[in-house]
Amino acid sequence: MIMFKEDRPTSPEPVKEAHMAPATVTGNRALMLEEALIFEIGATDTTGVDFAEAPKVASRLGGLERKAAIGLPGLSEQETVRHYTRLSRQNYAIDLGLFPLGSCTMKHNPRLNEKVARMPGFGDIHPLQPQSTVQGALAVIHELAEWLIRLTGMHSVAMSPKAGAHGELCGLLAIRAALEARGDARSVVLVPESAHGTNPATAAFCGYKVEDIPATPEGRVDLAALQARLGPDVAAVMITNPNTCGLFERDMKTISDAVHAAGAFVYCDGANFNAIVGRVRPGDLGVDAMHINLHKTFSTPHGGGGPGSGPVVLSAALAPFAPLPFVEKQGDRFELVEEETAGEHHGGSFGRMVAFHGQMGMFTRALTYILSHGADGLRQVSEDAVLNANYILRSLDDVLDAPFGGSGPCMHEALFSDKGLAEGFTTLDIAKGLIDEGFHPMTMYFPLVVHGAMLVEPTETESKAALDQFIMALRSLAERAKAGDEVLKGAPYHAPRRRLDETLAARKPVLVWNEPEKLAQAAE
Amino acid sequence: MRYLPLTDADRQQMLSVVGASSIDDLFVDVPEAARLTGTIAGLPPHASELAVERHMGALARKNLSAGEAPFFLGAGAYKHHVPASVDHLIQRGEFLTAYTPYQPEIAQGTLQVLFEFQTQAARLLGCDVANASMYDGSTACWEAIGMARRITKRSKAILSSGLHPHYVSVANTMAKFTGDTLMHDAPTLEAATDIDALIAGIDKDTSCVVVQYPDILGRIADLTPLADAVHAAGALLVAVVTEPVALGAITPPGEMGADIVVGEGQSIGVGLQFGGPYLGLFACKQKYVRQMPGRLCGETLDAAGKRGFVLTLSTREQHIRREKATSNICTNSGLCALAFSIHMTLLGERGLRDLAVLNHGLAVQAAERLAKVPGVTLVNDSFFNEFTLLLPRDAREVVRALADKGVLGGVSLGRLFPDAPELGNGLVVAVTETVTAEDIETLARAIEEELA
Repeated sequence: MIMFKEDRPTSPEPVKEAHMAPATVTGNRALMLEEALIFEIGATDTTGVDFAEAPKVASRLGGLERKAAIGLPGLSEQETVRHYTRLSRQNYAIDLGLFPLGSCTMKHNPRLNEKVARMPGFGDIHPLQPQSTVQGALAVIHELAEWLIRLTGMHSVAMSPKAGAHGELCGLLAIRAALEARGDARSVVLVPESAHGTNPATAAFCGYKVEDIPATPEGRVDLAALQARLGPDVAAVMITNPNTCGLFERDMKTISDAVHAAGAFVYCDGANFNAIVGRVRPGDLGVDAMHINLHKTFSTPHGGGGPGSGPVVLSAALAPFAPLPFVEKQGDRFELVEEETAGEHHGGSFGRMVAFHGQMGMFTRALTYILSHGADGLRQVSEDAVLNANYILRSLDDVLDAPFGGSGPCMHEALFSDKGLAEGFTTLDIAKGLIDEGFHPMTMYFPLVVHGAMLVEPTETESKAALDQFIMALRSLAERAKAGDEVLKGAPYHAPRRRLDETLAARKPVLVWNEPEKLAQAAE
Repeated sequence: MRYLPLTDADRQQMLSVVGASSIDDLFVDVPEAARLTGTIAGLPPHASELAVERHMGALARKNLSAGEAPFFLGAGAYKHHVPASVDHLIQRGEFLTAYTPYQPEIAQGTLQVLFEFQTQAARLLGCDVANASMYDGSTACWEAIGMARRITKRSKAILSSGLHPHYVSVANTMAKFTGDTLMHDAPTLEAATDIDALIAGIDKDTSCVVVQYPDILGRIADLTPLADAVHAAGALLVAVVTEPVALGAITPPGEMGADIVVGEGQSIGVGLQFGGPYLGLFACKQKYVRQMPGRLCGETLDAAGKRGFVLTLSTREQHIRREKATSNICTNSGLCALAFSIHMTLLGERGLRDLAVLNHGLAVQAAERLAKVPGVTLVNDSFFNEFTLLLPRDAREVVRALADKGVLGGVSLGRLFPDAPELGNGLVVAVTETVTAEDIETLARAIEEELA
C-alpha cells in the first residue's frame, strides 16, 4: 500500500486558561453541581407519589406483617428529578461525544428505537399473555430472527440469551448437548489468546477444561499450534473474528475445516460482527455458533452497563439443540413454542436459559435500527466502521506504536501500545488525559497479548470532523507522554472527580450506605 | 442512511490518508470465497423514519396491551403504575447512552446510582449487601445456587415446589452441565406450603434450599424454621422474591435467616416489556460477598480527597480470573437498575408501604369476589397480591376464552406446569394498584359466563 500522510490532522497549541478557578463553598461549579446521596437528603416519610386509599379489609398476610422499618428514604417528585438530573451530568455518554471503546462498540442510539420500544403494544404486554393477543410481538421476534439468519448465513437462531456472555453460554451448551447426543464426551475447549475474557469463564462454567492457543507475532491465531492441539478430547474452539487485535482471521475457513475434521465445533465470539456485517457471512466461514451483541451491532443503548441482548446463530448441526422457547411461523400465525415436542427441530433442546422469552425491548430496538439501515445501509455500516478505524490507525501510527500496523488493514478497531512513551508513563496517563480533552478513553490494557494496549474503535456513526478532533487530542497526548510531561500523570484535572483510589475501595469494601453514627460505633 | 455522517468526499479523502484506492482494499484479508458482493438477496433496502415507524406500529397494534384490558396476569411479571418521571429520567442521554462505568472519573452519575441501588436492594431484601444487578430473577436464582455450591462445596440443591417453574427450568438447564443435583416436585393445590417437606429433605450433601416468597401460587410462609433447619445442616437458604412490592408489607427473607436473597425487580420501575429486559436482584450476608457474582460498586476517595464511587472487587470477575471467575456474567441491567432506583426514591418507605397495602387490599377484595363465582374455590389461606383459584375445568381454555372477550384474566397453571396435568384447573390471578373495582367485577362476570 502507498501511504499519503500529509493530510493527517496535527496538534495545535493547548488552549491557555484565563485564570485559576476559585474554590466555592458549596463545592458546586456553576452548572456542575455536587449531589448528596438520597440517604443524606431523603426521609422515610417523604414521598413523590400519591395513591388511592386502600380498601379496608382483613389482612391475609399470614401473620407475617412487616414490623421493622426498611430504611428507604423518599424524595418529592421535584427533588427526585433534580437528584437524577444532577447525577446524569456527571456521566460521559455517546450523546455527548465520541466513545472510542475497542471491542465495546459505542455508536449513535437513534431515538426512533426508543419510541418504538415504548409503543404500548410492545412495552406494555405480559410475557404469559395468551398467544392470540401477542401475534405482533411474536412477529417482531420472527422478523428479527430472519434478518440475523440471513446476515450471518446460518441455519437458525436462539433469541433468548440476555447478553453476549449469556450467548456464549448458550452456544457452548448447544455444543455440549450435540456432543452428548452422539455419545461423544469431550473435555477441552481451546481459546486463542486474542479472544474475549468471558470466553474462558464460559467454557469453564459448562464444565470444560480451558487451554490457550497462542497468537502469532502478526496478531492472529497460530494455525499450526491450533492444528497440533486438535484431537478427540477437544469439544470446541472459541475464536473471536475479527479478533481483539483488530484483525480479520484470514485462516478462519481452514481453522473451521480442521476443527470439524477433528469432530469438534467452532464457536465464534460475534462481539465484532459490526465490522463485517453485509460483507462477510460467518456461516460461509464454517462457524457453528456465534452470539450477536444486539446492542453493539444493531445499536441498542448501553444504559451505563446494560441491559444487553445476545441472540446466538447456529449451524444446522447445532440447531436441534437450541434453547426453549422459540417462535415458529405456521401459515399466518406465529407460535411461541415453550415445550419440547417431537418434530423436525424438536427433541434435542438443552432446555430453558431464562424465564420468558429474552430481551423483547432490545428486539424491537434492534429491528427498528435494522429496517432503518436496510441491507444496503448495513453494508455501508461495516465499510464506514472499517474506514474510520484505518483512518485513525494511519493518522496516529507515527506518534503511537501500532504493534500490528504492518499486518494488513485493521478492521473496525485500531490497536496501539505504550511502547515508546517516556519512562514511567503509561497507557493510563494517556487515557486520563483524554478525559480532560473531553473524550471518553479508549479501551485500555486489552487485548492482553499487547503490553499497555490501547484499542480504539470509532464506529461508523462518527463524522470525519469528530475523528479529526479526536486524532488531534490523542496526538498531543502521545507527544506529551513521549516528552515526559509530568503534568499528564495527574490527569484528569477537569472531570467531576480526580483519579479514584480503587485499591482503597477493594481493600475496605463499602458497598452500601450506613448511617454515620452506625459507622462511628463500629469504629469504636 | 441518516445515521451515517461520512460523505463520499470524506470517504475518498480518508482512503487517501489510509493509502487505499478503494474500500475493498481494506477487506483484503477476507478470503475471496467468503466475500459478499452486493447486498444480500431477499433483504430490503433502508427505509425512512416514517416508514419504519409505520411498520413497527402496525405490528404493535396486533398486540393487546395490558392498559387496554382488565388485566390480572402475574406469575413473575407484574403490571404496576410507573410514574412519568421515571421514564423521563432514564431517557436522559447521559444515562441512556453511557457505557459501563470503567472510567469512574466521568461515570460518577451511574456509579452513585448503583451505590444507592445496592443500598436500596439490600435494605428491601433484608440483607447486608447487594450487587449492581443481574440479567433477571431466573438467572439470579441459578447464580445463587452456584454460589451456594462454591461456599458449601456441596452440590445438591433442594428447590421448593413453590418456585417459579421457569426458574426451575433455568436451574435444570445449567445443572446438566455444572453437575449440580436438583431436587424438585411440582406443587400441590393446597393452602399450605411445602416448608415441612423441604426440611425433611435436607441432608449432609445439601448445598442450599431454594424457596420462593410469596410462592408461585401466591402463598406466604414463615421461613424461620426452614432457615434454622438449613443452617443446622451446614447449608444455605436461598430465597427468591418475584414481587418485590410485597416486601413493603411482609417481613423480608433476610430477616428470617435467608443467606442469599435473589429477586426479579421488574415490578418496580421497569414495566412488562413481554418478558425483558428485566432486573435481577441479588443480595446476601456480608461474609459471602467475595463469592457473589456480578458487578459491585463501592465507595472510595479521589486524589483530592473527595468521596467517589468505583466498580470494585473485580478480582472475582471473568476479565481478571478467566476460567477461575465466580461467574461468566459480564454485564448488569444498568438501565433497569436506574429505573428501579428512581421509582424507589419516588416511593420512599411511606410510598412503598402505601403501595403494598393498596395492592393487598384490592387483592383481598378480588379474592373474596372471585371465590363467590359458582364452582370456583380459592386455594390460598395467605397471599399478598396474587392468589390461585381452582376452577371446575382446564384453566388454559378459560384464559383463552376470556382473552377473546378482551379480558386478560390470569395465568393458568397448565401453561406454567405442562407436565403436571393435575394442576390444569389452577388459575393464578394477580391484582395490583392498576386494577379497579370494575375490572374485578368484569373478570368475575366473565368467568361466571364462561363456566356457566
